[in-house]
Amino acid sequence: MGPLIPQGIITGQWDFVIALLIGTAFGFILESSGFSSSRNIAGVFYGYNFVVLRVFFTAMIVAMVGLLYFNYLGWIEMDMVFVLPTYLAPMILGGFIMGLGFVIGGFCPGTSYTACAIGKLDGFAFLGGFIIGVFIFAEAFPLFENFYYSGYMGNITIGEVFSISNELVTFIFVIVAIVAFYVTWLIEKKVRKNRTESKFE
Amino acid sequence: MKNNSNITKGPRYINPYFGGVLLGLLLLATFYIAGRGLSASGAAKLSVVTVVDKIAPAHAEGNAYYDKFIPTDGSSPLFNWLIFGAIGTFFGGMLSGGIYGRLKKLRIEHSPNITGKTRMIAAVVGGMLFGIGSQFGRGCSSGAALSGTAALSFGGLLVMAFMFGIGYVFAYFFRKLWI
Repeated sequence: MGPLIPQGIITGQWDFVIALLIGTAFGFILESSGFSSSRNIAGVFYGYNFVVLRVFFTAMIVAMVGLLYFNYLGWIEMDMVFVLPTYLAPMILGGFIMGLGFVIGGFCPGTSYTACAIGKLDGFAFLGGFIIGVFIFAEAFPLFENFYYSGYMGNITIGEVFSISNELVTFIFVIVAIVAFYVTWLIEKKVRKNRTESKFE
Repeated sequence: MKNNSNITKGPRYINPYFGGVLLGLLLLATFYIAGRGLSASGAAKLSVVTVVDKIAPAHAEGNAYYDKFIPTDGSSPLFNWLIFGAIGTFFGGMLSGGIYGRLKKLRIEHSPNITGKTRMIAAVVGGMLFGIGSQFGRGCSSGAALSGTAALSFGGLLVMAFMFGIGYVFAYFFRKLWI
């Protein structure tokens, strides 16, 4: 069974049609959830709108639990599912820089696409900045090539790092998500009392 | 166009948990079909590679980073799954915006406490940081943080934790931009 394309069950010529359809669904969900507005997104950092946390964490645990069951039922060959490789220090630095970019820019690349799509110039500005950023990175690459490849740990999973099962990791994520949903709901209620507007478009 | 009931109701968005379930199912379907998750930053990266390769091919091939993404068979880096995904993302956003009445003329969205110009500068700077950070992080919020962590990648978890964590650490200093 799955994954279909790596196993050749769906042939390569359908790749781009499928990518286009998946992308369309992705953009639709992002926009209809409120991610075309940077002010909605930034709300996660100031407590007035936790839509990012709700959508993100729900999606993550749905996909995690889904993969677990697909694997259990033998529907998917987990060895063929891509586990993003870990480069310890570079990825920590990457997350750090992106976190800074997140709170300054209010978008991430995917959400900026949907902001552009509905006519937000700040979405275009973010995307333009992103392209400049990639260009700067690539041009300066020889300076930090060694660092970029440092701390390689392979396609290691969270469970392998902490010596626990993937089922337990998934369970912990579900519990953390539910607690986070409740706590942020309380915070949001409190913060919104002092604000006239907390949802934007 | 806008009537009073619309103003009091505020923007029309789907329930965030419902949106999250839809996004999770889409991510699961993407893993099932493609064996890998969703991506957003890859398309913009490949566009940069393509432009540099077109303007200065010798320079691009001499640079170890660009060279990683230039297909050896001579085809365009744009002929790639990620590019079609991004075109779809743009189209899907437009579709949703059209349905919910948010597809309007060009505008800058910003907090009333800052000018449009400040917002535009902040957006460019934020984008630049994301452009640099996502290369070190091997992906952005979609590819590394969401898809990576959903496939239980340790690196994906690191990117997610630092992205949100550092956002909170620096939120105080940039509060004037938002609140």
